[in-house]
Amino acid sequence: MADWRPGTDVATLKRRAELLASVRTFFSGRNVLEVDTPILGATAGSDPAIDCLRTDAGLVLQSSPEFFMKRLLAAGSGPIYQIARAFRAEEAGRLHNPEFLLLEWYRPGFDDFALMAEMDALLAPLLDGFPARRMRFRDLLADRLGVDPLAEPSAALLLALGRHFQQSGREADVLALTGGERTALLDLAYAEALEGLAGASFIHDFPPEQAALARLRSDAQGATVAARFELVVDGIELANGYHELLDAAEQRRRFEVDLEHRKASGRWLPALDERLLAALEQGLPDCAGVALGLDRVLMLMTGANDLDAVLPFGRHRL
Amino acid sequence: MATFATNEFRSGLKVMLDGDPCNILENEFVKPGKGQAFNRVRLRNLKTGRVWERTFKSGESLPGADVMEVDMEYLYSDGEFYHFMKTDGSFEQVAASAEAVGEAKQWLKEQEIYMVTLWNDAPLLVAAPNFIELEVVQTDPGLKGDTAQGGTKPATLSTGAVVKVPLFVNQGDILRVDTRTSEYQSRAKG
Repeated sequence: MADWRPGTDVATLKRRAELLASVRTFFSGRNVLEVDTPILGATAGSDPAIDCLRTDAGLVLQSSPEFFMKRLLAAGSGPIYQIARAFRAEEAGRLHNPEFLLLEWYRPGFDDFALMAEMDALLAPLLDGFPARRMRFRDLLADRLGVDPLAEPSAALLLALGRHFQQSGREADVLALTGGERTALLDLAYAEALEGLAGASFIHDFPPEQAALARLRSDAQGATVAARFELVVDGIELANGYHELLDAAEQRRRFEVDLEHRKASGRWLPALDERLLAALEQGLPDCAGVALGLDRVLMLMTGANDLDAVLPFGRHRL
Repeated sequence: MATFATNEFRSGLKVMLDGDPCNILENEFVKPGKGQAFNRVRLRNLKTGRVWERTFKSGESLPGADVMEVDMEYLYSDGEFYHFMKTDGSFEQVAASAEAVGEAKQWLKEQEIYMVTLWNDAPLLVAAPNFIELEVVQTDPGLKGDTAQGGTKPATLSTGAVVKVPLFVNQGDILRVDTRTSEYQSRAKG
């Protein structure tokens, strides 16, 4: 007989419902408006490392509700949140399911640090370790790998990764994985630095190469950094947020650079989202926004080791 | 042989890496921040038994390894090779080197069934059954009065293996032994 059973037990289903209810209570108490935007869009983001699922009708399942929500913000919505289904092709594993639940919210008038504080307030009743520690990206790498990526050249990063991988006899992997290319080195260094990082941490002030949709600023040492942060609990990434980029011309330029990267790696090339760019030209309010993976939060709340235990029907049960 | 992409890697899959057949133990999909995806993979090199940890770009692939695990009956040793026969009625035989037999050498008993790992039809590894019954060929006589009160002595079995046994065990007894721990389990017959 086919295995028809869900991955969750009834107790976990109840925890899932409680999590959604606590999110809604939290935001209604703070006058943040719940919205729902399409999961089927005409195009998709240009993120060089995200592959979208596309339908026969030529529509694209959204990998996050970000662009629609920014259009609402530009239209004067004020603070908004959404519990959204998001889809990413080719992402499958203990911590990844092609369809997942994102909590995404935007706060006009907040910067990234104000939003981190609000996340502490949301998560403290749900998870251990909050308020989370704050750690700059450069300090994380200096601490874990002995290299400061903002002060030292790519070659130093390559050497530090070589030393790190040598401990497990994998030093040959470093060049094979990165080709010595700076962005790839930063990605790999970040992944290794998070391995075994215990407790809850906001990693902030990312290198400018990894700005994505965040604005740039200078840190205390005068290095250019992206106003982007991630929340990481016990090595597991839970959230990614920005003090949002407002400059439409700069946004267009970044999209075009992303598309060049996608082209070089043979990926599908989405049409630029001209409606989003038009909204940015009209003017997005100064705001910070973040996306939090609710399935992973539930996994940590219940002590599960695999998303399959907290999704009613994970990818093996469809 | 087929090739397998990282998203098909799962525990038990046999692949070729650096010229050696390997058994995948664990495969973890890792996607740092907004960066490119990796797979952290732990594999056991079936030739050396060593566990390797490797990182692959997601989407990379490895050729499959023609590795099969087959139940075979041990026949005899010619001094250099150990001869095994398939139990599927084909009477097909293979000759395993001392290296392939490895630790299982001290548990080799004629007509017993072993799990032989074949790579391109050649024996790569021989695994003894978890429990095996063997005769005691030498042990000192037990002392009178010492029965179930703990206390052990060494006994040499018909395969040459030496295990610790209770004092009441005698030469000629058939013992049941756990081959994974070399521990005495019970007397199989009087």
